[in-house]
Amino acid sequence: MSNVSLPKKARRIIPGFHLSLGYTMLYVSLLVLLPLSMIFIHTMSLSWTEFIAIITDPRAVASYKVSFGTALVAGIINAIFGTIIAWVLVRYQFPFKRIIDGLVDLPFALPTAVAGIALTSLYAPNGWIGQFFEFKIAFSPLGIIIALTFIGLPFVVRTVQPVLQNISAEVEEASASLGANRLQTFRKILLPELAPAILTGFSLAFARALGEYGSVVFIAGNMPMKTEITPLIIMTKLEQYDYTGATAIAVVMLVTSFVLLFIINFIQWLTNRRFVH
Amino acid sequence: MEQSIALSKSAALQEPRIIRYLLTFIALAFLAFFIVLPLVSIFVTAFQKGVEVYFAAITHPDALAAIKLTLIVVAIAVPLNAIFGVMAAWALTKFNFKGKNLLLTIVDLPFAVSPVIAGLIFILLFGSQGLFGDWLFAHDIKIVFALPGIVLATIFVTLPFVARELIPLMQTQGTSEEEASISLGASGFKTFWYVTLPNIKWGLFYGLILCNARAIGEFGAVSVVSGHIRGMTNTMPLHIEILYNEYQFSAAFAVASLMSVMAILTLIIKDIIAWKSKSV
Amino acid sequence: MKKRNHIFRSLALLSVLTLGLTGCGTTSEENADGQKTAKSVELLNVSYDPTRELYDEFNQDFIKKWKDETGQEVSIKQSHGGSGKQGRAVIDGLEADVVTLALAYDIDEIAQARDLLNEDWQTEFDNNSTPYTSTIVFLVRKGNPKDIHDWDDLTKDDVSVITPNPKTSGGARWNYLAAWAYAGKLYNNDETKIKEFMNALYSNVEVLDSGARGSTTTFVERKIGDVLIAWENEAYLSLHELGKDEFEIITPSLSILAEPPVAVVDKIVDKKGTREVAEAYLQHLYSDTGQEIAAKNYYRPRNEDILAKYKDQFPQLELVSIDDFGGWSEAQATHFKDGGTFDEIYVPQ
Repeated sequence: MSNVSLPKKARRIIPGFHLSLGYTMLYVSLLVLLPLSMIFIHTMSLSWTEFIAIITDPRAVASYKVSFGTALVAGIINAIFGTIIAWVLVRYQFPFKRIIDGLVDLPFALPTAVAGIALTSLYAPNGWIGQFFEFKIAFSPLGIIIALTFIGLPFVVRTVQPVLQNISAEVEEASASLGANRLQTFRKILLPELAPAILTGFSLAFARALGEYGSVVFIAGNMPMKTEITPLIIMTKLEQYDYTGATAIAVVMLVTSFVLLFIINFIQWLTNRRFVH
Repeated sequence: MEQSIALSKSAALQEPRIIRYLLTFIALAFLAFFIVLPLVSIFVTAFQKGVEVYFAAITHPDALAAIKLTLIVVAIAVPLNAIFGVMAAWALTKFNFKGKNLLLTIVDLPFAVSPVIAGLIFILLFGSQGLFGDWLFAHDIKIVFALPGIVLATIFVTLPFVARELIPLMQTQGTSEEEASISLGASGFKTFWYVTLPNIKWGLFYGLILCNARAIGEFGAVSVVSGHIRGMTNTMPLHIEILYNEYQFSAAFAVASLMSVMAILTLIIKDIIAWKSKSV
Repeated sequence: MKKRNHIFRSLALLSVLTLGLTGCGTTSEENADGQKTAKSVELLNVSYDPTRELYDEFNQDFIKKWKDETGQEVSIKQSHGGSGKQGRAVIDGLEADVVTLALAYDIDEIAQARDLLNEDWQTEFDNNSTPYTSTIVFLVRKGNPKDIHDWDDLTKDDVSVITPNPKTSGGARWNYLAAWAYAGKLYNNDETKIKEFMNALYSNVEVLDSGARGSTTTFVERKIGDVLIAWENEAYLSLHELGKDEFEIITPSLSILAEPPVAVVDKIVDKKGTREVAEAYLQHLYSDTGQEIAAKNYYRPRNEDILAKYKDQFPQLELVSIDDFGGWSEAQATHFKDGGTFDEIYVPQ
């Protein structure tokens, strides 16, 4: 918020523009753009109709639905519970708070395969948790949602937490002194402030969940048309030595991720601008 | 900052006690089901066959080789991404230029790219049938299915972490301090070293630690480029998968628990850093 | 000023480190590029999932034998994974001296994609270059509560089946073809009826793991399913490793002769100078000790005498072979390619 917009001339005083931008461009070009372009180059060998045929194959379409649907549900769960967790961690005091705060980052650090195996053994019909349920959790779309919720949890918590910390108490005090009750203050004052952060966290969790592979294959059951995720379709195509087919599906995933991220950055840019002016 | 919030919390600013308890309960229950229980199950399975099996598993030569490889990969990938992160954050926060949003999105892209694709792209680039395949084979240089490929995949996957941590931080700090320093005659580098760096020190550490944690744990992308040669190109997560596939569940979870301990340790260090940065 | 130097020094160090490590790979390779005179030699055996235990034991034996005969130390590196994935890794540059995969199709693919070996590689060693065979059997829970004896029992409504995905697992393709062969015999090769049979069977599949080992874990550890369709050697191994009192093996009336082939990767051994030891290595699989080790690890040995010795372990049954399906390329095209019969079963037409 101390970010004061400066006249253009003053900004150029700071050196290192060419060096830092050049280095950044070189690094992302070599390590991100060049490798990713290979996906598009490989897909080029397909004609347009072939490409459409591959990406609209019924099994592929079913997998988009599974991946998209489960990632969306997991993202929503994370948006709700992530916000509650962030709220509790910032506002309330309770024992072992610091350790619990640290645990939130665990899904970042734990290998996805380990997470997948551990969650499967918990939620399988004979697992610690799974045995209490009549219906199947692991090996059904529910299992995928659980794995994706695990993977995406830190994103929402870690984007909402700092924003919540920075909201000054004065705003809430003002709201309270004007006679608003807690719920009204939350809805009218806090939620609008938090919304961009929640949305960003949701989108990051969602984008990450779309591509997740390691943890999902263990828990999904991988039934075609039902619990087969898109990254698995890419893998199956690779196992059949069908590189172009794999890259065609990869193009669909890449474009989706890119659009999603672009939207996120646009939201952030909008909110930043709002703060500055 | 935190203190001021705590002090000014009057009754009107607090939720009713029952709501507070309810929310805390929901948050803790959620974390218990999704994070604590899986963690506990890892340790329980790891020690199921006794402490001896546990220590045999983590001191097996293949396990040690996997640990060593993982540490080498991290030692290369993390510093490179740290330098990149600082450079990118400097370019993206201290200047205005066209296409800034696009560049920001590209920096973020590895977050959202499926690990499967992240591995595949390096195969397409450096595999025998790839762009540089023939040249590499003729010169007997191995990239994929060897250390360089694993490092590249890891760099790709962890690329945004440091940059992502620094960008919002440097954005809120603005440019006035640097401008003052420059106009007082300090060189660009001195300004960075004495003005900017102390300001972003903790954020940088925090980003490093997340990057480090993710680099240790990366599975999908590394699995595609590793070749799974025992004792040579298996990182810790891959070694766990191998043990699991050999029905050595306890041993697999023993190595997994070791990784969890490493993860928790890094997270504790991160926490200390976060705490210190607030008290500074 | 001092600090600036420091930064530059660490930057330089980093780049040297990166370059150095890339370089390392090459120099050590050149050293290993030993002629016969070299004191030690290294082999990389790229294999599929269920052979871990077999090659663990076999490698020890070969290392000893080679040392005794030539005085040379040989170290053997193993890589295991799904057969298709491993084949792809070799095509993409994993420098395997020998490949020992689940089906000939994967090695054909290596031969075609990059000319790493001759297209007639299967004539290099005896018995179609398959020193050991296996077949497809059922693993059921103790006491066989669902009364499963043959393939048609798997199509009953109340039976839940575990098998891996034929698209990602080489072993699963043998499973699929064995079931197909049974249905073919049952319905006199009436293709509509066979597909109905296959549809009924695969509708009973509860979890379609991506690899054979995943399926075994699902069946054994997660206790899902009434029957696991598995390699005979895998079924015995799980019985042995994971509980004799919990499972039993059911051999169906008809199954398929699964031939997991082996091959020397010509271009790689010539480049590394390891041809002699690689060929001796695979040849040793045909020796009496090699066959004995295979039998001990529940693979059916080719050697009649040793097979007779283990006849209790390997019951006789009617076996079709991959040639009845016109060889692997044809089987692959009809059944497992996108749009093949396996897709037809799942995708509503």
